[in-house]
Amino acid sequence: MNSIVTIAHRQKLVIVGNGMVGHHCVEQLIERGALAHFEVQVFGEERQRAYDRVHLSEYFSGSDAETLALGDAQLYGMHGVRLHLGEAVLEIDREHREVVTSLARYPYDQLILATGSYPFVPPIPGSEAEARLVYRTLDDLDAIRAAAASARRGVVVGGGLLGLEAANALKSLGLEAHVVEFAPRLMPVQLDADGGAALRAQIEALGVGVHLSRATQAIVAGEDYRYRMNFDGGEFLEADLIVFSAGIRPQDALGRSSGLDIAPRGGVVIDEHCRTSDARIFAIGECASWNGSIFGLVAPGYSMARNVASALAGEAAATFGGADMSTKLKLLGVDVGSIGDAHAATPGAKSYRFIDEANASYRRLVVDASGKRVIGAVLVGDNSYYDTLLQYVQNGIALPADPSTLILPVSDGAPSLGADALPETATICSCHNVTKGSICSAIDAGCSDLPMLKSQTKACTGCGGCAALLKQVFEHELVARGVAVDKSLCEHFAYTRQELYALVRVEGIITFEEMLAKHGRGHVGCDICKPAVGSILASCWNQPIMDPSLVPLQDTNDTFMANMQKNGTYSVVPRIPGGEITPDKLIAIGAVAKKYDLYTKITGGQRIDLFGAQLHELPDIWSELIEAGFETGHAYGKSTRTVKSCVGSTWCRYGVQDSVQMALTIEDRYKGLRSPHKLKFAVSGCTRECAEAQSKDVGVIATEKGWNLYISGNGGMRPRHAELFATDLDDETLIRYIDRFLMFYIRTADKLQRTSVWRESLEGGLDYLKQVIIEDSLGLAAELEAQMQLVVDRYECEWANALKDPEKLKRFRTFVNDKRADPDIHFVKERGQRRPIAAAELNLIPVTEEVV
Amino acid sequence: MATSSNAVRVQNPELWQSVCTRQDLIADSGVVVWLDGAQVALFYLPGEQQGRTLHAVDNHDPQSGANVIGRGLVGSLKGELVIASPLYKQHFSLVDGSCMEDPGQRLRVWPVRFNGDEVEIGVA
Repeated sequence: MNSIVTIAHRQKLVIVGNGMVGHHCVEQLIERGALAHFEVQVFGEERQRAYDRVHLSEYFSGSDAETLALGDAQLYGMHGVRLHLGEAVLEIDREHREVVTSLARYPYDQLILATGSYPFVPPIPGSEAEARLVYRTLDDLDAIRAAAASARRGVVVGGGLLGLEAANALKSLGLEAHVVEFAPRLMPVQLDADGGAALRAQIEALGVGVHLSRATQAIVAGEDYRYRMNFDGGEFLEADLIVFSAGIRPQDALGRSSGLDIAPRGGVVIDEHCRTSDARIFAIGECASWNGSIFGLVAPGYSMARNVASALAGEAAATFGGADMSTKLKLLGVDVGSIGDAHAATPGAKSYRFIDEANASYRRLVVDASGKRVIGAVLVGDNSYYDTLLQYVQNGIALPADPSTLILPVSDGAPSLGADALPETATICSCHNVTKGSICSAIDAGCSDLPMLKSQTKACTGCGGCAALLKQVFEHELVARGVAVDKSLCEHFAYTRQELYALVRVEGIITFEEMLAKHGRGHVGCDICKPAVGSILASCWNQPIMDPSLVPLQDTNDTFMANMQKNGTYSVVPRIPGGEITPDKLIAIGAVAKKYDLYTKITGGQRIDLFGAQLHELPDIWSELIEAGFETGHAYGKSTRTVKSCVGSTWCRYGVQDSVQMALTIEDRYKGLRSPHKLKFAVSGCTRECAEAQSKDVGVIATEKGWNLYISGNGGMRPRHAELFATDLDDETLIRYIDRFLMFYIRTADKLQRTSVWRESLEGGLDYLKQVIIEDSLGLAAELEAQMQLVVDRYECEWANALKDPEKLKRFRTFVNDKRADPDIHFVKERGQRRPIAAAELNLIPVTEEVV
Repeated sequence: MATSSNAVRVQNPELWQSVCTRQDLIADSGVVVWLDGAQVALFYLPGEQQGRTLHAVDNHDPQSGANVIGRGLVGSLKGELVIASPLYKQHFSLVDGSCMEDPGQRLRVWPVRFNGDEVEIGVA
């Protein structure tokens, strides 16, 4: 095949400016192969080729022009790019498409302006010679160095980023350095008042004088030093040299003289393609104005350079749509960071601040009005927080439950409940003294599922109270080892509890068999999935748990509606709503306890537990209790337990509301509610909190105006203070919020997950929960209330229901073929009551298999 | 309903002793019978297709020392029918009485069958 070779006529591309951005553009053009289409000429006003202006102050601390220079000196030559240094472009002749220098005219087809900016020097009488130095170029630095040779004290006018850099430069030249700032704080653009104060403290500690809120009126001859700066208000400061670093202005002179559009506040106007009002001319970097803004940082300049280079290379170029002006730098050795809306200028923005005056350290976190997103931050003294915060801002990551943790000092002693935070020595199972370390060793030795882990380490084979923690540690360690964690409920259901709940709701499933047939494996289930599904069915439809289809699902306590104790006998807990009981009822309980010789103990939930009943005695005991007006207390179920209360305003001189009445209302409403785990409530009649509501799943505390609602507290193994959820609620609103909260928990919690753990694992935290429950952000409120009302309406005392049905009572026989009691159950008397005999006290029971 | 035989502990028992009737059983769950001083937990799984519908194991839980196995929850683990002890939740095979978690524990297993509506246990 013949190939047709086209000698492409290369277009002429002129780049005006060889600063960091202009240079980056050349690099990008080379990299993207644009030089095949363009013959490139670059003009630089300075003598030096492009150098690193960001690290300019290093020029005084060892670096020379060559080490600051950017890229390989041979780069341009190797690729045929012609570099004209020290040759300023004086004019652009747009009509003839030529740039004009003092030496020649150069034609262009495309032109890129990358002329950067120049330092702004305020018009102050007397600012000339060594009282008018600037800090921008290597030439400027040479001038400062020359002036410093015969100087003792130098002043920088301008306490911004570059001004502080300049002060650092003066310091490294051996001068006594001062900074004079017109604004009342340092770095007024990036920092707020507290941040400025922290920075000032740090900088003054380095021996740099800081003079704020000073406007220089005139510069005159000094007495002790060469110059005297007179401030308004009569104060003055003397120095041998004065460097102006009071801001930059876009170098847009060529644009102006050639008639390109110029922004009101300066800068050549560009569109999102960095094109000026002349389609053949681009402008990039600090000389360009996009949407009325100048971008005085190198990163946006680089991204403009990249976009233009890729467009010229014929690639699909990204458009420029503004830039993040977040900065992280070290000024005079002090970390300073500024991210996004550092001043919380966004309407409704709120801030978290951390101030450490001892170390002059300051951090501010700015969140949006909804409290959901980080929109800005200020850091002084420690930039280690910068990267994380920038992630939050740039990626819109939802805030942690307590946003302040993002800026609080990280300390070893900080309370943390996560599995990863536990040390190797932490005891996970206290029954068998199993540490996290030994669990990790077992996992390392190949233990890959929870039952195997339990059998190998014995963890969680004692009281079982550590099950949730063990699971957490196990899953965390698996994830840490790169193993995928199977969240399946068990081998019969490849779903989480939450997913099963949704299936029950959506498909209206009312039996375990239907669930298993439609969504499970096998036809039997196991002791994990049966109670879990049984609980979901009860939460959704609240049918009597003794119905034949539901009986096999219940764990033994639910099946027999009593709590099995270690010797196989049961304890019985009648409901005593709010802990309020009449003397007659108290006597009735006493009479039953006495008749059946039951060990009697007051519980932590303000009721009475009767221990030692055998299976066949339960129906008789309950007949008598129901006769006396009691209902089941559901002490055996993963369900509403108690609503503890103080006596409240009816008796107590401090009480402000009738806490007992509210406790009765709540207990009456939620009794019988089945949930992923047990639910405990409390109502306190005043802020003294005698009912300890803040340790309950739902806590209510009276206020002068109504009720404060607290949620997700816990006692037990991992105590957790409940969180204040809503304040000063009236009765009706309180109940509505509790309805929604409980149903949302039931809908979304994992199996056997208390509200405390659920709440901690809830993405979006407390704020999210408030939105769902209070603001109804998911539009679920009405549905949740209706679901709760169904459960409330269907309430029936399970014991009353069972006693009416001889079929259901069939179960309550110790032996189906014999009337005798279990002959192996023995009691001894202690402190006036009976208790189970210990194995050691009884030779009849073999002690060899006892696991303690 | 076919009669079933148990091949595990007692081969072809010579004596079948009636302990209760089908009506005494509770589907997919357990009841306990008194058998000459022994306590036997009976589990009735009417829906069971492949295996047997009736199982008889010791009611005595070796770990707790309490007579509670008959009040445990029936399930299947890795294809095997098991009973979970209601106290410490360890699992025993309904077929041979072995414990899944601890080889040191084992439940006695009896042959059991329906004879008409009578439930019979094989005693040596």
